[in-house]
Amino acid sequence: MAEVLFFIVASGAIGGAYGVIKDWNPFYNVLALVVHLLSLAALFLLLRAEFLAAAQVVVYAGAVMVLYVFVVAYVGGAEPLRRPFAPGLRGLSALFAAAILAELWVALLGTGLKAVDGQGSPYNPDYGTPAGLGEALLTKFLLPFELASLLLLVAAVGAVVLARRRRGMGIEDDDVARVSVIEALRPEGTGTMREGVSGIPDVTGTPAGSHPKGTVRPEVAAGVGEGRRHGEGDEWEGGW
Amino acid sequence: MSIAWYLAVSAIIFAIGAGGVLVKRNPLVILLCLELMLNAANLALIAFNRMHAEADVHGKVPHDGQVFALIVMVVAACEVTVGLGIIVAMYRRRLPVDVDELRELHG
Repeated sequence: MAEVLFFIVASGAIGGAYGVIKDWNPFYNVLALVVHLLSLAALFLLLRAEFLAAAQVVVYAGAVMVLYVFVVAYVGGAEPLRRPFAPGLRGLSALFAAAILAELWVALLGTGLKAVDGQGSPYNPDYGTPAGLGEALLTKFLLPFELASLLLLVAAVGAVVLARRRRGMGIEDDDVARVSVIEALRPEGTGTMREGVSGIPDVTGTPAGSHPKGTVRPEVAAGVGEGRRHGEGDEWEGGW
Repeated sequence: MSIAWYLAVSAIIFAIGAGGVLVKRNPLVILLCLELMLNAANLALIAFNRMHAEADVHGKVPHDGQVFALIVMVVAACEVTVGLGIIVAMYRRRLPVDVDELRELHG
């Protein structure tokens, strides 16, 4: 049963990896990577690494891939290339990748380790659980754990700095509201010239005079504005 | 299944990722191929950890390879974040999103 599952999942992983490097819209490349990651999580499960399989699905297929999809949708993928490939360069690259594969196979499978051919250790119920992994992280690997958190913080700040708007539509200096200390401390109704022009709210809460900028029509100031809006035959005053 | 099968799959995925990094010109797809290579390394790490999953004299199961894989996942997430930030910055500056066109490092 495990063998059948392994071959299904491994072909899914390799097929997804091939879909990533296939020449099509980058959006499909990202979706192929999602397939690849899910298959890889199943491979982790076959290796009894349950927590890592769950983390792979949640972190990669859940979060990182959403980030990719957003950026692909923002940048917009398939643009025609301005310059063609140099002749023979792709063949050379494929040859190089094949050389890497042969080298890795020689190194991994031609090794003298006997355990490589074995099934692995007998199953231990403590293996691969969040409890066992967490204990290892907080005792033996405490320093890498803290360094990883620091790295995540630096990466988050760096991404914000890199992707911020550099010009245009940003908050200019003039748009920032300036509050002077005197205005903040001064009580209302102390008789400055600005209050005399704009009108101070009286006890009942209705403005005594005009609008602060003096642009209100007289009938609104006199309280008939609402009635006039509902009157018949009035044209709608635009200007929204 | 013997561990060697997992290592063979890991080597295939790594080679596909390396070939993609060499061939592709869109930096987004190059980042995806980097992910492929990191995941192949993760698979090899976990397979090797499976080889040594015996409890030691204190009754503890070694999880070193899995912790290594977890840290690799964290580093990959950081790399993706910064790389996508660079791509968005390139797009904002109207630069061509093509690694062959970007030959200069200055502004």
